[in-house]
Amino acid sequence: MAKYLAKRIFYLILTLFIVITVTFFLMKLLPGTPLTNQAKLSKSQIALIYEQYGLDKPVWQQYLLYLAGAVRGNFGTSFQFSDQPVSYLLSSRIGPSLQIGLQAMIFGVILGIIVGAFGAMRQNTWVDTTATVVSILGISIPSFVLAVLLQYYLGLKLGWFPIAEWGGFIYTVLPTLALGATPLAESARFVRTEMVDVLSSDYIELAKAKGLSRTGIIYHHALRNSLIPLITIVGPLAVNIMTGSMVVENIFSIPGIGEQFVKSVLTNDYPTIMGLTIIYSFMLCVVLLITDILYGIVDPRIRITGKAN
Amino acid sequence: MENEKNILEVRNLQVNFKTYAGDVKAIRNVSFDLRKGETLAIVGESGSGKSVTTRTIMGLNARNADITSGSILYKDQDLLKKSDKEMESIRGQDIAEIFQDPMTSLDPTMRIGKQIAEPLMVHKGMKKEKALAQALEMMKLVGITDAENRINDYPHQFSGGMRQRIVIAIALINYPEILIADEPTTALDVTIQAQILNLMKELQDKISTSIIFITHDLGVVAGMADRVAVMYAGKIVEYGTVDEIFYNPKHPYTWGLLSSMPTLDSSGDELPSIPGTPPDLLDPPAGDAFAARNAYALKIDTEQEPPFFKVSDTHYAATWLLHPDAPKVTPPEQIVERQKKYAAMQKDLVAKQRPSVPVEEQEEQQ
Repeated sequence: MAKYLAKRIFYLILTLFIVITVTFFLMKLLPGTPLTNQAKLSKSQIALIYEQYGLDKPVWQQYLLYLAGAVRGNFGTSFQFSDQPVSYLLSSRIGPSLQIGLQAMIFGVILGIIVGAFGAMRQNTWVDTTATVVSILGISIPSFVLAVLLQYYLGLKLGWFPIAEWGGFIYTVLPTLALGATPLAESARFVRTEMVDVLSSDYIELAKAKGLSRTGIIYHHALRNSLIPLITIVGPLAVNIMTGSMVVENIFSIPGIGEQFVKSVLTNDYPTIMGLTIIYSFMLCVVLLITDILYGIVDPRIRITGKAN
Repeated sequence: MENEKNILEVRNLQVNFKTYAGDVKAIRNVSFDLRKGETLAIVGESGSGKSVTTRTIMGLNARNADITSGSILYKDQDLLKKSDKEMESIRGQDIAEIFQDPMTSLDPTMRIGKQIAEPLMVHKGMKKEKALAQALEMMKLVGITDAENRINDYPHQFSGGMRQRIVIAIALINYPEILIADEPTTALDVTIQAQILNLMKELQDKISTSIIFITHDLGVVAGMADRVAVMYAGKIVEYGTVDEIFYNPKHPYTWGLLSSMPTLDSSGDELPSIPGTPPDLLDPPAGDAFAARNAYALKIDTEQEPPFFKVSDTHYAATWLLHPDAPKVTPPEQIVERQKKYAAMQKDLVAKQRPSVPVEEQEEQQ
């Protein structure tokens, strides 16, 4: 296990390095400069600012300097937010994003499992049809559309939830629902298909022959076996939530990194773009690593450690 | 035939499957008894209704199955009248089943010890530790070597033969009164088949359970069963003791089955087979369902269903050929040979010991 982990961490670092490199050069290809909107600045002022931030050096030198800084944990200072260090900016803003993301993931996947399992257990009944309709809607409605609809109906019309503020838990409900819809739909669809398959397998037949009750069969045999493949889509779902959060955070004015990402791209805030990209890639790599480890825990056939025999 | 020795009495069972094309009449009036401690083999080709019969006994038929008539008496109670909950408490406790394919019939994500112990926990409310201890004993009983270390292994760590032993352990852990074995050796290597069959016989003695043995392999039947019922197109066409079915068969379908079984003294290049295919059970033919494939069919076979004719106290066959007015026909050569052997055997036995001869002793002479 330790050896496996070490290997995976090495790959993680390699992945981050590649991401940094590619993003850095792509970012430099973006039209405009960090000072595009500052029409009042004179040429000499601009040159001064460029020099201060090292933007006057050739791109490859900037790249090497950035790498050197990043290795030492120095991710530069933001252009747009009055010279705040990127690391401080991100650490103060990642909280809300993580909270929304995790809430959406947990809400979506758990409810998805329940909806999917019920659909499979009551195959071809109204329960199943409802579950299918919910999944189709969840997959086809983009999170930002859902976000606006939720704001309008649950927020404005019914007044149950605040619309675009950030405070306690109540403020997280609507964004969580908006972001959680896709994971809910995807996992419901997935679990239903898997469970229908599993429920018709021989070992379920044997479980019935043992005299297990319906719930006993679902709980002890069907669920675990249907959930294994679900782990494979947890990674993609996390990506979905991360990208979705960029827009949804904007809509709900959540002071998270997603909102900031959009802003920093629009203003060519190079250090912030880089910092955020690294954070996102890092989170994704960790999610993938966790799913791989989870796989082994849930499915004994692909356990990472062989028994030392 | 209602007597105390019967542990299970199936009477006039009819099962239809509702499909879009219509009702498939899978079981058409099947009756049989299972005696205490015996092994009853149900033989027939695919689609003859063997498995549906046992699934009906277990109460595990597909949702579109419709039991239109009949009764299944177990301990004076009709299993067909039991609720789902009541059947749950009977399954795995009084009646257990071994399935065909050990590669797929174990839960891949559960330790085998727990899988074996599960029926104990479900039916006896046993604590996990105690149940696992009993599971370990059962693993030893079914011949899993190094059971102490293997109890925490997963199914994929076992070979096919070992897995079938585990499946048997699961079925027998509660010492069921009836064990249904649905082609338990079909998916196994021939060398393993014999081991599993021997194990089943051995355990039957130890646990004193009655076995319904479903198979299409007559070779397996000879060594396993006390009595045999031959099924064709959802009906039992002939039943009797093993010797009666193997050496004195009366139904042309049984003739066909036996002739198409390779034996040590079968000569010639070609193994005989039964021509044609079984009838469509959506719309079963009038008369004897086997008539269309039967070289010995009489005119009446296509018009009227044959009743059971008695051959001996234990041997019955549903064929018009046994009617007193039927023309005398000579069965295939191989069957005549068998009948000759049987007659000689009977004479021998009668000469050796006057009193009535128990079936078990004849078996050794095969």
